[in-house]
Amino acid sequence: MTEFLMPSLGADMEAGTLVEWKKKPGDQLKPGDIIAEVETQKGLIEIEVFEAGVLEEYLIEEGDKVPVGAPMAKLRSEGTPEKIPEKDSETHPIQEKEQVAESEAPVPTASISKERPSEDISSEEKDSEEKPRIKASPLARSIAEKNNVDITGITGTGEGGAITKADVEQAMAGKKELPKPSPETATEKDTMEKEAESETPSKQVMESPAPSSKHGQQESIRAAVAAAMSRSNRDIPHYYLEKKIDMLAAMNWLKETNRQREISGRLLPAVLFIKAVAKAIDSAPALNAVWDNGLQLKNEVNIGFVVSLRAGGLLVPAIRNADTKSPEEIMVALSDLITRARALKLRSSELSESTITITSIGENGADKVFGVIYPPQVAIIGFGSIVNEPLVHDGMLAIRPVLHVTLAGDHRATDGLTGSRFLEALNNHLQNPEKL
Amino acid sequence: MTREEIQSAIFELLKKTAPDTDPTSLKPDENIREALNIDSFDALQFLVALNEKLGIDIPEEDYGKTATLRSLTDYLEARSQ
Amino acid sequence: MSELIKITYREALKAGIREALLNDDRVFLMGEDVGRYGGAFAVSKGLLKEFGEDRIMDVPLSEAGFVGAGIGASLAGVKPIVEVMTVNFALLPMDQIANNAATLLHMSGGQLNVPVVIRMSAGIGKQLAAQHSHSWEPLFAHIPGLIVVSVGTHEDARGMLHSALNSPDPVIIFEYTSMLNMEAEIPTDSGSTDISRAKVRREGKDISIITYGIGVYKALEAAKRLSEKGIDAEVIDLRVLRPLDEACFLKSVSKTHRALLVEEAWSTINVSSEVSARIMEKAFYELDAPVKRLGGIEVPIPYPLHLENASVPQVEDIENAVIKILRP
Repeated sequence: MTEFLMPSLGADMEAGTLVEWKKKPGDQLKPGDIIAEVETQKGLIEIEVFEAGVLEEYLIEEGDKVPVGAPMAKLRSEGTPEKIPEKDSETHPIQEKEQVAESEAPVPTASISKERPSEDISSEEKDSEEKPRIKASPLARSIAEKNNVDITGITGTGEGGAITKADVEQAMAGKKELPKPSPETATEKDTMEKEAESETPSKQVMESPAPSSKHGQQESIRAAVAAAMSRSNRDIPHYYLEKKIDMLAAMNWLKETNRQREISGRLLPAVLFIKAVAKAIDSAPALNAVWDNGLQLKNEVNIGFVVSLRAGGLLVPAIRNADTKSPEEIMVALSDLITRARALKLRSSELSESTITITSIGENGADKVFGVIYPPQVAIIGFGSIVNEPLVHDGMLAIRPVLHVTLAGDHRATDGLTGSRFLEALNNHLQNPEKL
Repeated sequence: MTREEIQSAIFELLKKTAPDTDPTSLKPDENIREALNIDSFDALQFLVALNEKLGIDIPEEDYGKTATLRSLTDYLEARSQ
Repeated sequence: MSELIKITYREALKAGIREALLNDDRVFLMGEDVGRYGGAFAVSKGLLKEFGEDRIMDVPLSEAGFVGAGIGASLAGVKPIVEVMTVNFALLPMDQIANNAATLLHMSGGQLNVPVVIRMSAGIGKQLAAQHSHSWEPLFAHIPGLIVVSVGTHEDARGMLHSALNSPDPVIIFEYTSMLNMEAEIPTDSGSTDISRAKVRREGKDISIITYGIGVYKALEAAKRLSEKGIDAEVIDLRVLRPLDEACFLKSVSKTHRALLVEEAWSTINVSSEVSARIMEKAFYELDAPVKRLGGIEVPIPYPLHLENASVPQVEDIENAVIKILRP
């Protein structure tokens, strides 16, 4: 059993409001399925699941606003049998009370309560990130090992669903065929659990209403940008590099390829930027990473593309696996993302999985843009507008279309040399657009 | 297709691209993208939509002829003949 | 065949002191108000009259001074029982205790033993507020060179002092103010307490409740109530907090496979922290559930009764915590 948690869609997100469940208890889920729509500061986001399994139970209701990390639903991973009712149907009234124990009652001051050892966090978080690890007590494991019992199929009845000695012994006794829960017992148990859970802090439903009006939405996007950028400026020591790139070859190639394309299939220069950045990461993998108590390199190249909204504010949806996509595929993805970003309809993975960001000014704008890194990423690449400039070419002064590319890097994570190597590689890729 | 029909198609699609503006208040020689604050992506989407609606292909090298209301209408009128 | 007598914790303590004074004329009691006033908590009432001023010694209000004097006296071959009125005052002579009593054997190359016994009234539960309510067992149990014991039962109230006086090393005895008026029946010949061993106060097979001091009777009461619900809890009185008798609780946990650690001291870095770590290190593969601790709320102890009660584990808390571990 795992819990499906309210995902974090960026460093700035604190909470989300469940607008609609898209799956029902009992539904089969496969990775990528949309399980719910959640209203966030960044609009109405479709939330995806990453594990296959069955939706077992809703833990919050439509309209509830819960903080990032709060459980939204219970999922049963594939292979685990359905939940069984308690052996003795007689329930223990004290169970519902669930007070004190490890949380040892309220403490008056914040500083004191923070220092209390928090015990249940680690295992839950790890479980949802990695392959679901089977929770079993050390004793249960050693008994299972000694007796050659496979614990993967055993339903745990211990704390947090952990497999205990009794569960292993029951499995060994071959009492595997257990009755399915009859509707009555199921509901009874559900309400009992609900009551018990409502006392735990995990299901704190936040009071403030979610922004619903378009206007409120824009304001909250503004607030989200403000929070992320303030944090970036406060925490990240930026360094800046700039490279002037001759775009003649790239622009000629674009003109040529677009001549042969239907208008709807034509490519924008941004496609070349995205593809060139994705390829240049090969030369400086440390820029495709996040900083979270240290540098953590990312294997996937998911390029966040800054989309400005007409009413102000911006969103940074990701073009996933940009390094493996063709320019045509990138253009399709980009059109789709920009359109949905402006309609404030993005998916959770698109907002949470960027590994590096691109900001592009477009035509007729500023010559250069120096980005502010989107935490926890460690680099942002800025593309100015392409303008004709005098340029020394083959020892002669020539007028050429020139692109000013900047890189802002997190100096905790990388040094200027890494950034410089990246910009040089980017230049080389843009000189050979046909190979992109 | 009459000039009026072309213009009303232009207004309709511009409104779709920039819902917070009033395209009908554009002056004939004003730069549409600057006046309505349309970026290169939306500009391309606008031309794609025009192409779909009017069935007129606009090659990339002609994009320069689509900058103002007057030049765009002229261009489309000529191409629709 | 021993008879049972009904006795208060206070009377048991006094009996222990009296027996010690009678058995060995090197033994004397020193402390604030122990003589004429009869002790701040009336533990030594009447002893001055019986033993005289040389053996029941009122001292000036200077803990650093008189505890130091007691340590010195023990070096000189007599056997002082030094009473520190309440545990909060024990921080004043902490330098004497930690830097002299605990170290001299080591620093003299084994030449000097410090057989001093220091008693103090500790614990929570008499509405003495943050001035006089402390559980500083963990502070003392941290210091190598000391023997730290905790008097959790009437038997030990009478029997612990004798063993402490026989120890060649400094012994710190924690007694509990809130238990002074509690009555219990003990055998007339209960004898001296083995202060190298923890004690299983109640045998059980489902879970080990490991505690000391005030927690012992509370845990026993909780165990009684739990037995009515079909849960068979074992209760262990650690009794000696340094050096810990780990063999006792490791054996118990290896039998029950679950442990709840209960004490009044603040939870962060208390005796339970150490017990928990040892269980994890030495009985990990016996555990069928995570070890849980039930300690004091980390606040200065409040004055109002209901808040004071809420600040340390009560019988119901122990009961509920056990149920939560066994029937999650």
